[in-house]
Amino acid sequence: MAYFLSISATAAIFILLALSLNIITGYAGQAMMGQAAFFGIGAYTAAILAERGVNFWLCLLAGMLMSGVCGAVVGFISMRLQEDFLAITTIGINFVMVALFNNLKITGGSLGLNVAKPFMFGHKWTNLDFFILAVVFIVILCLLIVKMRRSWFGMALASISNDPAAAASFGINVNRYRVLAFIIGTAIAGLAGGIYSFRMGYISSASFAFTVSIEVLSMVVIGGIGTLHGPILGGILLSFLPEILRFADDYRSLVYGLLLVLMVRFMPEGLFGNGSPIMRALGRLFKPAAAASGKGGAA
Amino acid sequence: MFLQQLINALTIGSLYALTAMGATLIYGILGILDIANAGAYLVGAYVGWYIFHATGSIVLAFIGSMALVGLGGVVLQRTVYSPILAKPRTLSIIPLVAAVGLFTMSSDAVRLICGAGTKAYNLKFPVMVYKFTVFGKKLTIQPAWIMIFVLTAVLLFILWFILNRTKLGLAWRATAEDAEIAGVCGVNTSYAMALSYILGYGFAAAAGIMTGILYNSITPALGEVPSYKMLAIIVLGGLGNPLGTVIAGLLIGIAEVFLSVYFNLPIPKDAIAFVVLIIMLLIKPSGLLGRKNKV
Repeated sequence: MAYFLSISATAAIFILLALSLNIITGYAGQAMMGQAAFFGIGAYTAAILAERGVNFWLCLLAGMLMSGVCGAVVGFISMRLQEDFLAITTIGINFVMVALFNNLKITGGSLGLNVAKPFMFGHKWTNLDFFILAVVFIVILCLLIVKMRRSWFGMALASISNDPAAAASFGINVNRYRVLAFIIGTAIAGLAGGIYSFRMGYISSASFAFTVSIEVLSMVVIGGIGTLHGPILGGILLSFLPEILRFADDYRSLVYGLLLVLMVRFMPEGLFGNGSPIMRALGRLFKPAAAASGKGGAA
Repeated sequence: MFLQQLINALTIGSLYALTAMGATLIYGILGILDIANAGAYLVGAYVGWYIFHATGSIVLAFIGSMALVGLGGVVLQRTVYSPILAKPRTLSIIPLVAAVGLFTMSSDAVRLICGAGTKAYNLKFPVMVYKFTVFGKKLTIQPAWIMIFVLTAVLLFILWFILNRTKLGLAWRATAEDAEIAGVCGVNTSYAMALSYILGYGFAAAAGIMTGILYNSITPALGEVPSYKMLAIIVLGGLGNPLGTVIAGLLIGIAEVFLSVYFNLPIPKDAIAFVVLIIMLLIKPSGLLGRKNKV
């Protein structure tokens, strides 16, 4: 049970991260391949402040702000570079950040940083506490995203993602919304990073490598990009699948790569994306009941 | 000292150019960033090792490995990449995700099949080191470097010849310019795609073998550094531009050697390519020799 709880806490943090990436790649349609760098910026900011005795909540907030500020820089870059160029630049930012984490004195170099567990009501935070915290943030974020998608901001993002030129011709300030999407997405990644560093108690540059960015992107792509439930279900699947596959530990990366190739080859909209076979089947399952009993209740 | 560093830099640079050439050719035709090219580099090095140790002939190792990996590339193009490109895409980076998956698979498959340990080529040259004195300075040149220079030059000449002097090359250039119009004009664009993969993956395989000979060791992690450095090089060269790729590869080789020798940088050597790239993209987003309208 303790083991299950430990995986769940990590899974919840990664789901938060997947949701943050989905704001940038899914809703705003920007090619972000280096989300782990911002996860790392949040984690290191929180860890460095915690080392100097700053309050736990302030550490999280600072990590979020720091990451969001760095994200704004990428947002400004995205004004000049699009699609493949942006993808490569963000990959590059990921590698440069990992190199910096691994070499700077303030980040502990290759030794990494130890982070003391915070106290609340007289007891040390446990995995359960971190799990609850992450889930609370996930729920808040989901509510915000639902609201956002119906708002002017959400619709502007959707139109930019569909066709930036057309969006601009309707008077949407494409650059401003792009930068905003980057700031929001990276700030939430920073928040997830802050929680991660307290939850793990130790961080090093390996936790924020490019492979982590790919893992998070896989959660979004496999779950269903641009949907609210996709990153959550994808995150749960990819967090627990390796534990189930543990008997075949040696073949894990192989299976993982194969899964990724098969997904984009045969189901690019994701397992749970709109129009995917699973969602169509669910739709069929619920349709007859709704049609049979839905005489008065048309919504 | 300076001359010695320059020779080192050009050796590494020509390996980079050859490795990245495959990705450039593929980008030129299909417009996708193929990280899996680094998988071809890794698999090529291992296939070459097995052929070399079975037959004892390094020439056979080069030819066999390039042919096998090149054909493998065409199979991947037919079964994975082209079908993905044929579907309407929700996001531009979807093919890149497939390439990452393929690359992860190839590294892991090599580790499982060939073992995680290091393998040595142990290629014997008649002379192990040449020593010269130029302007009163001592200069050492390894025969492996000469082999890399010569082989890279030969392969790049073959590439230039195919692209500029054959009908297939004309088809390639037409497809790279505009695949739809080329198809309408009767160019068989699927041959051009296959050519990209045969040459691209074949070159990567040759670069893998050469790296294996140069450092006399291959491991399943061989493809990791080239996988991302390659991307930096092809963008720097102006995506899809073969000549630009050669220049960018040499430049990155020179930048890495000289910056790490003469300056004390806070970042490791392998991250330099991306720092150069990020600066470059902000100044001239179309790359060194890229066309303006590509961005």
